[in-house]
Amino acid sequence: MTEQKTPARAEWLDEIYAVRDTQDQAAFARLFAHFAPRVKGFLMRSGASADVAEECAQEVMATIWRKAALFDPARASVATWIFTIARNRQIDMIRRARRPEPEDLPWGPDAEPDQEEVLVLQEETNKLGEAIAALPEKQRELIQKAYFGDLSHSEIAEQTGLPLGTIKSRIRLALDRLRHTMR
Amino acid sequence: MAEIKHHLTDQLLMGYAAGTLPEAFSLVVATHVSLCDECRSRLGEFEAVGGEVMMSAGAVSMSNDSFAATMALIANTPEAPQKRYAKGIFPAPLQDYVGGDKDDVRWRPVGGGVRQMILASDGGATVRLLHIPGGVAVPDHGHRGLELTLVLQGAFKDESDRFGVGDVEVANEDLNHTPIAEEGEACICLAATDAPLKFNSFLPRIAQRFVRI
Repeated sequence: MTEQKTPARAEWLDEIYAVRDTQDQAAFARLFAHFAPRVKGFLMRSGASADVAEECAQEVMATIWRKAALFDPARASVATWIFTIARNRQIDMIRRARRPEPEDLPWGPDAEPDQEEVLVLQEETNKLGEAIAALPEKQRELIQKAYFGDLSHSEIAEQTGLPLGTIKSRIRLALDRLRHTMR
Repeated sequence: MAEIKHHLTDQLLMGYAAGTLPEAFSLVVATHVSLCDECRSRLGEFEAVGGEVMMSAGAVSMSNDSFAATMALIANTPEAPQKRYAKGIFPAPLQDYVGGDKDDVRWRPVGGGVRQMILASDGGATVRLLHIPGGVAVPDHGHRGLELTLVLQGAFKDESDRFGVGDVEVANEDLNHTPIAEEGEACICLAATDAPLKFNSFLPRIAQRFVRI
């Protein structure tokens, strides 16, 4: 093999698999230490009080434990997946509204995701994070405000200049593959 | 799966990913995404942005007993069984609102052979199912706000294009249109508005007061 960068480890996947396969509490504790304070911080930035954010973050972590088997690393990074759970719990617990969710795609019997696809998705998610960090402050603030719920959706129409498109094609590939194995 | 030609806008997908859309619009987004791989992957991208925003928002320490409290939560919460309906023409999120599929809709007449069922109304936005017989026009109307129309059966045409199963029309206040259901099978669509539709003739305006369209 030619010399190249060490491929990025798909972060936190081992922990999710350990929770899924062996209900490993030590692995769950590592996930908890990393993600729970960030979920709490995000909820507080979105307007929740410290108490409510704490309670909601605990619910989010409990959901991660229960739904570990549903996580699909070819379609989302662990951080992305946890964000969607946090957002749903936030709507449910804090805004007390109903949250319609897209239909789950059923897994085929041998639909274990391809390692290469998983790593590339992870890499592209990391690149997206770097691109957000590198945006001019005004644009970065606009995006953050959109996700903290501080912008109406007409304001979000503003162009943000994010390199969108790569993760999309990666997820599309995973979906195509999934549909193919289902056939 | 029919080929879908009309998709959701970035704005709607981002709003859904951020969790800031009214419930009525979220139901149309979730239903369309269930039918459309293209929009499912675009949504995945906006969720990835959300994940990155969350990870960089700044951590806030959890309380001392939070891990134990979470493990207790896991141990004490029974798995809620999820109600599943038999496969039909409605994707799962829509079946949840209807309480079943096409044959379980509790239709109410709204005049001109058109029928509807209001599914949710929240924060000024309303989502309903519409049943329009083949060849019948929904009265000419403009919008005071945003209107999303997702086709689930049949097709309709208006001044802008043809919309078949899975297609979603995103109409703002600039669009004055007269959707007509194609001849044949009745057109069933899921429609969300964030303002009452405004009809361009006197009679439907009166009817509007009674039928909440």
